[in-house]
Amino acid sequence: MVGIVLVSHSAGLAEEAAALAVGIAGEDAPIRPAGGTEDGDLGTSLTKLEEAVAEVDQGDGVVLIMDLGSAVLTARAFVEDRADVVLADAPFVEGAVNALVTAGTGAPLDAVVAAAEEARTIGKLC
Amino acid sequence: MDTAFFLRWIAVVTERVRAERDHLTDLDRAIGDADHGVNLDRGFTAVEEALAGRSPETPADVLTTTGTTLIRKVGGASGPLYGTLFRTLGRSVGDVAEVSREALAEAFAQGLAAVMKLGSAQEGDKTMIDALAPAIPEMRTSFDAAARAALDGARATTPLLARKGRASYLGERSIGHQDPGATSMAIVIDALRAA
Repeated sequence: MVGIVLVSHSAGLAEEAAALAVGIAGEDAPIRPAGGTEDGDLGTSLTKLEEAVAEVDQGDGVVLIMDLGSAVLTARAFVEDRADVVLADAPFVEGAVNALVTAGTGAPLDAVVAAAEEARTIGKLC
Repeated sequence: MDTAFFLRWIAVVTERVRAERDHLTDLDRAIGDADHGVNLDRGFTAVEEALAGRSPETPADVLTTTGTTLIRKVGGASGPLYGTLFRTLGRSVGDVAEVSREALAEAFAQGLAAVMKLGSAQEGDKTMIDALAPAIPEMRTSFDAAARAALDGARATTPLLARKGRASYLGERSIGHQDPGATSMAIVIDALRAA
């Protein structure tokens, strides 16, 4: 199974977004939050990101879904050394749900990334 | 320039970032989230400890340790950006005991490219790149010229509209404020003169 990590400025946002995705999509594939700094402030922790990736990594690749700013930059710096970890350019909540649904079917890494990114094109009012 | 030069450079940067912490944070309060000085001070304080604990033996070791520590400890966007710059400098100078000014300028050119790629940013976007990019050609002449170019570049961000980073959320309201990232980058480059 492809693993998913939600990288956010906020620990609470990452945790709740992961919980929401699990509530909707089930827990067939692993998903973990990596939010906030190590001190619990707003920001991004490379250490938390590394730990979360290690937890969801089952050998089939890992997708990172980021909110903004330092979360994006930290994730980008992290994947420089990791070909098996891919960034999805996706909305945080909808991307997480789409990715988890697709990963739960046993889909490969590129399909999970594509599903997350597809969430960008789905309108809420049309 | 040998390992001792690079250690002095990082020590001067650490000292000046600490001294300018509140100024950097004030600049960031105007157009960002008021944490740039605090974040960089935390990062370079961690770098100080990491270098003291490691006793690096090459310039590359100093630079790579600095970059990796910044990525790990800063917590804000400046961590991966400065971290990538210093790590790229380390990779570029290679495993040598002495680095010429020309080799350092070439390493900075590679660092600039890496930072631009990471941040998807160009010159004129009102970011640290506006201080870094003009300093690099001058570095081949002297560190004094590079420091002047970086400072001028940082000052020239004031009238710009921010296109990247937190300030870009403000749109037109970002105009009229000097960019905090460009300001800290000018400190980093100016510190080469004192190393």
